[in-house]
Amino acid sequence: MTTARLQLPARIVEGDVFKLRLLVQHPMDSGFLRDLEGVLVKRNVIRHLQCIFHDKEVFRVEPTTGTSANPLFEFYLRATKSGELYFRWVDDKGYIGELRQKLVIEPANQSKAPKP
Amino acid sequence: MSGPKLCLWGLSRCLIYFLLLNVFGLLFHLPMAAAQQRLIALDKLQSGLAFTGPEILDLQGDDFANPGLPFLEKGAKLWNQVSGKNDKSCQSCHGELKSMKGAATRYPAIDKASGHLFNLEDRIRHCRQKRQKAAEWPLESEELLSITLYVTSASNGMPIKVSIDGKAQSHFEAGQKIFTTRQGQMNLACTQCHDQRYGIKLFTDKLSQGQPNAYPAYRIEWQRLASLERRLRFCYTGVKAEIPAWGHEDMRDISLYLMWRAQGLKIEVPSVRK
Repeated sequence: MTTARLQLPARIVEGDVFKLRLLVQHPMDSGFLRDLEGVLVKRNVIRHLQCIFHDKEVFRVEPTTGTSANPLFEFYLRATKSGELYFRWVDDKGYIGELRQKLVIEPANQSKAPKP
Repeated sequence: MSGPKLCLWGLSRCLIYFLLLNVFGLLFHLPMAAAQQRLIALDKLQSGLAFTGPEILDLQGDDFANPGLPFLEKGAKLWNQVSGKNDKSCQSCHGELKSMKGAATRYPAIDKASGHLFNLEDRIRHCRQKRQKAAEWPLESEELLSITLYVTSASNGMPIKVSIDGKAQSHFEAGQKIFTTRQGQMNLACTQCHDQRYGIKLFTDKLSQGQPNAYPAYRIEWQRLASLERRLRFCYTGVKAEIPAWGHEDMRDISLYLMWRAQGLKIEVPSVRK
């Protein structure tokens, strides 16, 4: 079972460029290492990870064996309207992981308060 | 002619032997007399964090990216998970996690029933076997490490204080002996690096004091959570010594010595180490 966590800023105002951090729990077995009993662990890495927002692909990675276990993906987005972020990743075993997160964008003219 | 000379030689040789014997006697007795002398003064103790680079400090301090956190979450789940023939979870007997406050600062400790020295993992396994009657978690399994991390986290920030009295004393002495005895093809004792040379570089990394206050720790090199036992085994590999079997008493003895040596140092989990 893989799980993931997503970190977003507390408030996002329309037009802001904001940082997303996605931590996916995955062993990322490179296929070169042995376990504690000396048996070679079969390669199992995330092959493909993408983020879809408003039916458009906004971010994609194709990690390989060089990526560490429990990889952290960090990237920036600029959004103008609220919607749902949809993350999807596939590993060598064919496991498909998913994460959905509502993204609330505040309109620019209403935000009089200073940004935190 | 040669009589008096020989006699003189004999006398001086006697004197030399006598002196040598005394010196050896002193050397031999010194460690005994100073059995509980600290090689690093209590105010000079430093957590392993002091010897890692800024990257590790950042990673450990990051409330989101710290790779130990998912294991902590898993540990929390396991705490509440009912398993075994007795249909019990950790929570059904122990209640909330705060009941475990300070537990990690006291281990390894003597198990009253069996008289063996238990580390925290052993205690959890024992509890799982005897009280929950559940399937065993092997040493170094992710479940065991996660729950150990979770239990240890209840003592976060608390100073280490293990007992070396009573039955624990012989274990303490055994641990101290291993720590201060040269071994392996490299012919090195733990104390030579971790008491006498901490702070200087070994290849690219600084030698630490070898403090046990952050285990189970996420080790970057292994890309997973690792127990103190596994870390100690790795030191055995480092000096090219024969590694004791998993769960060996030697490892508990050294752990006890290390915890005594780290007295007052604060528990810090979830931690990241190179």
